[in-house]
Amino acid sequence: MAQPGFEPPGSGDFIFTPIFGNSILATKPVLLLFFSVILISVFFIASSRKAAVVPSKLQFAGESIYSFVRDGIGKDVIGHEFQRFVPFLFTIFTFILTNNLFGIIPFMQFPTMSHIGFPVSITIFVYLVYHYVAIKKHGLGKYLKDMCFMPGIPKPMYVLLAPLEFLTYFAIRPLTLAMRLFGNMFAGHLLLMLFTLGGEYLLGSAWVIKIFSAISFSLAIGLSFFEMGIQCLQAYIFTLLAALYIAGALADEH
Amino acid sequence: MSKLLLIRASAEAAPSPVIPNVAEIIVGLIAFSILFILLRTKAVPKFEKAYSDRTDAIQGGLERAEVAQREAEIALKKYNEQLSDARGEAAKIREDARAQGAAIIEELRTKAQEESARITAAAVAAIEAERQQALNSLRNEVGTLATDLASKIVGEALDDQVRQSRIVDRFLSDMEKSK
Repeated sequence: MAQPGFEPPGSGDFIFTPIFGNSILATKPVLLLFFSVILISVFFIASSRKAAVVPSKLQFAGESIYSFVRDGIGKDVIGHEFQRFVPFLFTIFTFILTNNLFGIIPFMQFPTMSHIGFPVSITIFVYLVYHYVAIKKHGLGKYLKDMCFMPGIPKPMYVLLAPLEFLTYFAIRPLTLAMRLFGNMFAGHLLLMLFTLGGEYLLGSAWVIKIFSAISFSLAIGLSFFEMGIQCLQAYIFTLLAALYIAGALADEH
Repeated sequence: MSKLLLIRASAEAAPSPVIPNVAEIIVGLIAFSILFILLRTKAVPKFEKAYSDRTDAIQGGLERAEVAQREAEIALKKYNEQLSDARGEAAKIREDARAQGAAIIEELRTKAQEESARITAAAVAAIEAERQQALNSLRNEVGTLATDLASKIVGEALDDQVRQSRIVDRFLSDMEKSK
């Protein structure tokens, strides 16, 4: 820093010291994560408790989200075997969506998934599930063979394609899955911080510049709504891709 | 812009945000597992139950309606059959009654004719008998009278029964001839 001035937010702003004690369990993201678990489970258990034929408003709200994942993602993508993956997909969707939305909910204002550890943990589950399903269905040998040697392609092409396919299944898919979610949430939060902190900084300047402060704040508000869209979209994409990977693992030929 | 910020941030010795914190991964795994178990055991079965109950309710209603319709159709068919049976039976009864009526009338007519014939015959016989009787008595009377008269006139007793009756017969046949 050559001169004192506006210090833009950086990755350092994503690091939280424990609210109490020394444990990482007491940092804001971890607390938010567990709060989301309580929130989601309480909401869905309460809304599904009666399981009435004619749903109450609460049941209808819960069911709408459930059927969105069940039919909109599970049934449409995976097909006739979708039912046993519904709880998994449903957990992924609600877990990511809630934690993403924490990014714009006042007083929380931190998307938990902008800490890469959390997307990675979900990705580990997806990774294990789709490989497990494929190996159980086709056996390890046939799974690897189908994966690397797609039928209907000239033999010399396998030199190029086999390693690429192998890499796709074992490295690129999990990496992109985790990175996409993390990157979107990280960048989004950074952007909101930039305009909010920038507006705050400009507020302390001469009155002409205060106008720009107002612009900065309104941009932050506008971007919050934009972020909400991205947060929902990312939760949807993550779940959809997980379903696609499972569907691919179940398919007879890759 | 954010790339610049990132570079600056990392220049400030903050740990790279792309390197995952192992503790956070473990926390994430645990949180996800807890949520998964809760949703899978508590929420999803209930939602599925509501779904299947709803399907049952709709399908059950349709099935019940179908059964009711089938039953109504059977009842209608039965009713129509019974109605046509009853109609046939009524026609048969009417026909029988008509035939029976005709038979009765015929029988009565025959009986009446027989009776009338009998009565007529009896009457005829009675009349004939009476006529014969009257004729006989008349003949005797006339005979006696005529004989008496003749004896008176002729002065000849015609007491002899045999001669008397011969004379009367001759007289009468003479009378009949002369007519």
